[in-house]
Amino acid sequence: MNENFEQCLKCTVCTVYCPVVPVNTDFPGPKQAGPDGERYRLKAGLFYDDTLKYCLNCKRCEVACPSGILIGDIIQKAKMKYGPQKTKLRDAMLAETDFMGSVATVFAPIANPVLAARPVKAVMDSVLKIDHRRTFPKYSGQKFVTWFRKNMAAGQEKYPKKAVYFHGCYVNYNYPALGKDLVAVMNALGYGISLIDGEKCCGTALIANAMGKRALRQARHNVKAIESASDAGRLPVISTSSTCSFTIRDEYPHVLGVDNGKIRENVSLAVKFIYSLVENGEVKLVFKPGYRSKVAYHAPCHMEKLGWNIFSEELLKMIPGLDLTVLDSNCCGIAGTYGFKKENYEKSQAIGKPLFDQIGKVAPDFIACDCETCKWQLEMSTPYKVKNPVTILAEALDLDATAKANNHQ
Amino acid sequence: MDNREFDVIVIGGGITGAGTARDCAMRGLKVLLVERMDIATGATGRNHGLLHSGARYAVTDMESAEECIRENMILRKIARHCVEETDGFFITLPEDDLGYQATFAAACNAAGIKAEIIDPGLARRIEPSVNPDLIGAVRVPDGAVDPFRLCAANVMDAKLHGAKVLVYSVVTRIMKEGDTVKGIEVLDTRSGQKSEYYAPITVNAGGIWGNAIAEMAGAHINMFPAKGSLLIFEHRVNNVVINRCRKPANADILVPGDTVSVLGTTSTKIPFEECDGVRVTADEVDLLISEGEKLAPALADTRILRAYAGVRPLVATDDDPSGRSISRGIVLLDHESRDGIRGFVSITGGKLMTYRLMGEWTADLVCKKLGVSQACRTAEVPLPGSEPVSMEKEPKKKIFAKAETGRHGGLASRIRHENELQNSLVCECENVTVGEIEYAEDNLDVNNLVDLRRRTRFGMGVCQGELCACRAAGLLKKAHRCSDEAMDDLKAFIEERWKGLYPVNWGAAMRENEYTQWVYSGMCGFGEYDTEPTE
Repeated sequence: MNENFEQCLKCTVCTVYCPVVPVNTDFPGPKQAGPDGERYRLKAGLFYDDTLKYCLNCKRCEVACPSGILIGDIIQKAKMKYGPQKTKLRDAMLAETDFMGSVATVFAPIANPVLAARPVKAVMDSVLKIDHRRTFPKYSGQKFVTWFRKNMAAGQEKYPKKAVYFHGCYVNYNYPALGKDLVAVMNALGYGISLIDGEKCCGTALIANAMGKRALRQARHNVKAIESASDAGRLPVISTSSTCSFTIRDEYPHVLGVDNGKIRENVSLAVKFIYSLVENGEVKLVFKPGYRSKVAYHAPCHMEKLGWNIFSEELLKMIPGLDLTVLDSNCCGIAGTYGFKKENYEKSQAIGKPLFDQIGKVAPDFIACDCETCKWQLEMSTPYKVKNPVTILAEALDLDATAKANNHQ
Repeated sequence: MDNREFDVIVIGGGITGAGTARDCAMRGLKVLLVERMDIATGATGRNHGLLHSGARYAVTDMESAEECIRENMILRKIARHCVEETDGFFITLPEDDLGYQATFAAACNAAGIKAEIIDPGLARRIEPSVNPDLIGAVRVPDGAVDPFRLCAANVMDAKLHGAKVLVYSVVTRIMKEGDTVKGIEVLDTRSGQKSEYYAPITVNAGGIWGNAIAEMAGAHINMFPAKGSLLIFEHRVNNVVINRCRKPANADILVPGDTVSVLGTTSTKIPFEECDGVRVTADEVDLLISEGEKLAPALADTRILRAYAGVRPLVATDDDPSGRSISRGIVLLDHESRDGIRGFVSITGGKLMTYRLMGEWTADLVCKKLGVSQACRTAEVPLPGSEPVSMEKEPKKKIFAKAETGRHGGLASRIRHENELQNSLVCECENVTVGEIEYAEDNLDVNNLVDLRRRTRFGMGVCQGELCACRAAGLLKKAHRCSDEAMDDLKAFIEERWKGLYPVNWGAAMRENEYTQWVYSGMCGFGEYDTEPTE
């Protein structure tokens, strides 16, 4: 009983904090779907309720719970154990990020305009039930991994310290620029970067789409790969995606039952890692003079679950000339693949509305956020660009001066 | 006939009285059933809810074992909606004598109880919660039975066959003419009115309270009240009944019942004065936990929902005034031949499992006395609600719809879900809707919140009334004629819940109780609670 569901006081604060409940009356909320439903499912699996599919797996219920119950985990596990055992083609396409990414990057010049074309969107909408109003993330022509191996890998040995980078699917297939920023910043801080041989998608989308067996295989593979890349957890493993970090650290052991004990403590986010280096006086940051920007920071739900949004905020505050507004805690509504599904589109946008409205009022130059799917949602639903705090850091830092200040090159 | 005159009066609305009333009514007799409180308030509602296979008695009491397995098979047919066919294990632990297992299995099979010795590894796979150290396991056709539902179904069927049922009606006098019992005087505790009812035969089916009823008629039954305490765990720990394969002892049965698991029992003789308002003591709780975790180690750290106790009506055989020779079988006393009191019969002893047979024997005797020659049909005719219903995996169907089908069987189709209000949950833990509460109040003799709980499982879940009691208090339109009555009933309900929570008030339960107190003291204005439960 590691989800601890019997500690439930029935106080219902989880349901108050659930972003789905106010927009979807079919969803009974985390209390009933989680601890209440679990008692019935323990009695007999036939008490499984289809409405569990409306759960975003945002984990806001877990953050709210005063009893430390892993409500989101209970729901994800129930979906895998008692839910439909056949995966829809659409869900598989959305969840199999590595497969789709590998194919699409090769054909990026074709794939991007095709995915954006109206007739194609109409077909995807009617056949696959992927909402036509959704903007697809663009695929990159060159994978991050290919770029790194060609241009950067050889030079990494010269740095005195080492860190392992878990780039994730988004950096690899869609937005290598973020990975390039990460390498630049870490190099300036004196850290050589290495990648993880055979890194696979963390599996968050597989979990959310109840593809438990696939997720389990990927988790086992990644834990082994990370163990060997990090010298059995002795090297820091950093990522630029709050959800990748969260999945590897917490979903692997809690939802999939995969032992990540050797690596968990060293799997971190770049912002947290860099903040700690600065805080401990291990590195110095030298910023460009005259940097100016007005930034609204949105903390992704999984970042809040990790409790790490403070690191992004504090790091951004270190940048002179950066005018920071921390947005109210709200879910943006996309929740990975959830918002792409036709049946969820309206609800997804309704969930995000308070956040979109607040961003409109702040009218920033751009939005800061640690999550790629929040980025898609916010860029589609507001007129503003979204940048990862690492990218903002790369833009604001005088990288050469920082490298010098950290006594190398 | 006058509406105060009956063929037979049955005193006691427990399962024995209900089963007797149903049997008599089905044989065409005009029946009055009288209960001092609600139905199933005594020992009927205060046991394991175990559908005994009889295996427990096979070695020591072959007759009881044979009765049990026969009735077990009958209940599976006539009360499908009250029964869950879980099977049971009798496990042997390293400290037990494994040699006993063969004796046990042989005795079971001789009694007609299919007992199969299985590999301990197989037992662990079938029931993962079982103590993994077990060295032997015997599988028997045990199951779970919901005594509230079973009793209510018998009462309902008795009424469908013309019986009149009076609840909250205390027998204040047994009226006799010479040596003949003519009828009873009854006090309606809600209205305060006294009434007289007449019948040529009065049946005493009062359980442990039947002792006092017999005294009223001038007869003496040598009864010994034995308190048995039980614990309810927060959720199902096991899906197969787990027993110890040894001579019956304390806390050696763990029964999965509805959404919970029930562990029991202890056995302590108590004085008659303590039969009303028995308490579970700290020592009993400790004993139950320490013995129970030998059945299923998970019990040691599973949240306990509440503790409760019932009083077994043990009867000493008539030829043994010392009371040492206790009969666990059915005791049917014809006071005419025994004490020279005509028109008076006592049915006692026995157990939940054999209620139908007790009813049959009693009705046979009543019919013989009345010169009626109708045969018993209770073993063949299913109880209302027992009609086969589909309980398939239907992910589109709401949990509450499945839960109410589980509770009311075929009668669940009468629950109205015509609007959003009727689909709204009152009790979230046990999935009881406004529609189900309306159905219960209209059809199932609900006079207050505690009655409602017995009919629906409202308030029986994890929060023990924290969220649902105040909601339900606002819904009982007929039982509560004004808001003051609703408030008084709500207070009584919360106090009744507290009584079972008090003995296990630690950990998560204590946090829950604190929270409940904030809700009811702070929001509903109930003032402070007494630390100790009040009667």
